[in-house]
Amino acid sequence: MIDAVGHPSSLLLLGGTSEIGLAIAERYLEGGPVRVVLAGRQSPRLADAAARLDRAGATTETVEFDAKDAAVHTEAVRKAFAGGDIDVAVVAFGLLGDQEKAWQDIDVAVELAEVNYVATVSVGVALATEFRRQGHGRIVALSSVAGERARRSNFVYGSTKAGMDAFYTGLTEALRGDGIGVTIVRPGFVHSKMTEGMDAAPLATTPEKVAEVAVDAVTKGRELVWAPAPLRAVMSVLRHIPRPIFRRLPV
Amino acid sequence: MPRSVKTLVGWARTAPSRATVLSGEDVVSDDLLAEAVTTAGPRGVIPRGLGRSYGDPAVNAGGLVVDMTARHRVHAIDAETGLVDLDAGVSLDQLMRIALPFGLWVPVLPGTRQVTIGGAIASDIHGKNHHTNGSFGNHVVSMDLLTASGDVRRLEPEGPESELFWATVGGIGLTGIILRATIRMTKTETAYFVADTERTANLDETIERFWDGSDEAYDYSSAWFDSISTGPKLGRAALGRGSLARLDELPEKLRRDPLKFDAPQLATLPDVFPNGLANKLSFSVIGELYYRKTKNARGQIQNLTAFYHPLDLFGDWNRAYGSKGFLQYQFIVPLAAEAEFRSIIADIAASGHVSFLNVFKKFGEGNRAPLSFPMPGWNICVDFPIVDGLGRFCRDLDRRVLAMGGRLYTAKDSRTDAATFAAMYPRLDEWRKVRDAADPDGVFASDMSRRLALTN
Repeated sequence: MIDAVGHPSSLLLLGGTSEIGLAIAERYLEGGPVRVVLAGRQSPRLADAAARLDRAGATTETVEFDAKDAAVHTEAVRKAFAGGDIDVAVVAFGLLGDQEKAWQDIDVAVELAEVNYVATVSVGVALATEFRRQGHGRIVALSSVAGERARRSNFVYGSTKAGMDAFYTGLTEALRGDGIGVTIVRPGFVHSKMTEGMDAAPLATTPEKVAEVAVDAVTKGRELVWAPAPLRAVMSVLRHIPRPIFRRLPV
Repeated sequence: MPRSVKTLVGWARTAPSRATVLSGEDVVSDDLLAEAVTTAGPRGVIPRGLGRSYGDPAVNAGGLVVDMTARHRVHAIDAETGLVDLDAGVSLDQLMRIALPFGLWVPVLPGTRQVTIGGAIASDIHGKNHHTNGSFGNHVVSMDLLTASGDVRRLEPEGPESELFWATVGGIGLTGIILRATIRMTKTETAYFVADTERTANLDETIERFWDGSDEAYDYSSAWFDSISTGPKLGRAALGRGSLARLDELPEKLRRDPLKFDAPQLATLPDVFPNGLANKLSFSVIGELYYRKTKNARGQIQNLTAFYHPLDLFGDWNRAYGSKGFLQYQFIVPLAAEAEFRSIIADIAASGHVSFLNVFKKFGEGNRAPLSFPMPGWNICVDFPIVDGLGRFCRDLDRRVLAMGGRLYTAKDSRTDAATFAAMYPRLDEWRKVRDAADPDGVFASDMSRRLALTN
């Protein structure tokens, strides 16, 4: 259970090497011990992530999970819940990829769609099943401001995040009656491995800052947050700018 | 409608939890209740009384919660022996009203009368008379426990069933459902207290009042202390100490009806308080007024509300903390830890976390129950509105309380972790063994049992 001061006893990261996901785990670990389940492909990176969290005071276990293989999602999520209640589950996996290739190369486009949309939907269904059986818990879905309005520069990525965001928005309502909460986090540009070498956008942030926003939102039971917070106002304006002008904006 | 899905919280209104709640006829019938227990799903079942525990011992997310308040019959009362045979859902308030005309007094009264007999046993509650009369479990002569198998076992403090008896005392509902109990009441001539009240100027003086032997002259004692003022006023207190009045101590006017239940309530607070109203400024002002109101006076005749339950003047006072709720931090440390304990009080005052309802009391001997909270030592209770950083502050307090050989109280705790709790209760494994034998499949479970990893 999430306790009186917002601290969970257990955390599931789907995308066990996600920098934002690990930053969320570390943020929680500052507040006390947490049992962390890392779901990801078995790899040295996953083992490193587990060791890093153990050093920070976690009790970590790993579960084999491949976002690209939807057939095993139900089983992976079920295994993640087998060791005891999961209080918070973070849907943290995702791909950015080469956006110019992505709209010209079918394989790249389909891979983005499968990981960022199909897999997050299939995992969402599996999480909903487990959480309803458990009777409590909270899902954190890492979306993106890129999904709020498609831009020429990254619209394939943006379109997958738009679909994922809409799914979890609906899931928030579907699970409301069961006492299960959903928090959608829409980060802007995040300095991480995913964006290495790219030019930072205005209001760029870090995995640690996004984690701070996400944890605070879960504690307060908020369902939709932006990281950093001022992006909410920025995106609200950008969404309504006429296309001929939007096209010319340096965003 | 005996089964319904509800969102439940503890008294501090934090960590809401949805469960199926069983109430009414299904709870009153032994057979139906036994059936509900034996057919409980994988999320288990936990009994609940009047919901006065601050945290999560009486909530069970995704499982079954049995609302015991429908079982509220007093079966027999004997003025000669002082024994009362009653259902677990009877409240201490109800018991007091029924028993007073017989010259019988509830042996242990906590800060509210709105707790059930079942809850009083399951938390092994204590009151201002702990140093003279111990905790609630000490006054239970026998009880009937519905266990996981559906059988009802008669438990007594001595003899073959004594292990399960003492595992149930303080066992926060995890050994089974207490259906009925026999309690030994305290005889009294009146429903009033002869009380001495006084103010102390600082923490030294407050502690001295509990060290100098004067405490032993009173059956009841405790202090409200100032945890906001730093510097010389730190730890100043308003002490209230007294004993039940004898008939010849009452003034003429009260002597005509000495056993009258005299506990007025002024108002019930509406649920309209904004978050943040409970702050340093408001608490400082109220605290100052409360402190100044306390006179240095001896031999005053006071009714129950004035002496014992000043908060009961305001029903549902927990609403004053707003929707975010609050957290009560109650701990006890051995008497020897006095120096470190003083520094904790100073650090609370300096922390910026403001608390108004601060109770200070020196406890007497504990009992045999492995999870019973009281032991000889300094008992401190403070409560903080929920704000950012409170979790970290309390974790630091946990560490220091544990280092002193102290512990937290299950009826108040809403946030500590399993390892810390286990270290604070060294007899936890002994309790687990008895509990697991009575409930091998882990039918009884609560949010607290999962948070603190108490059951298998």
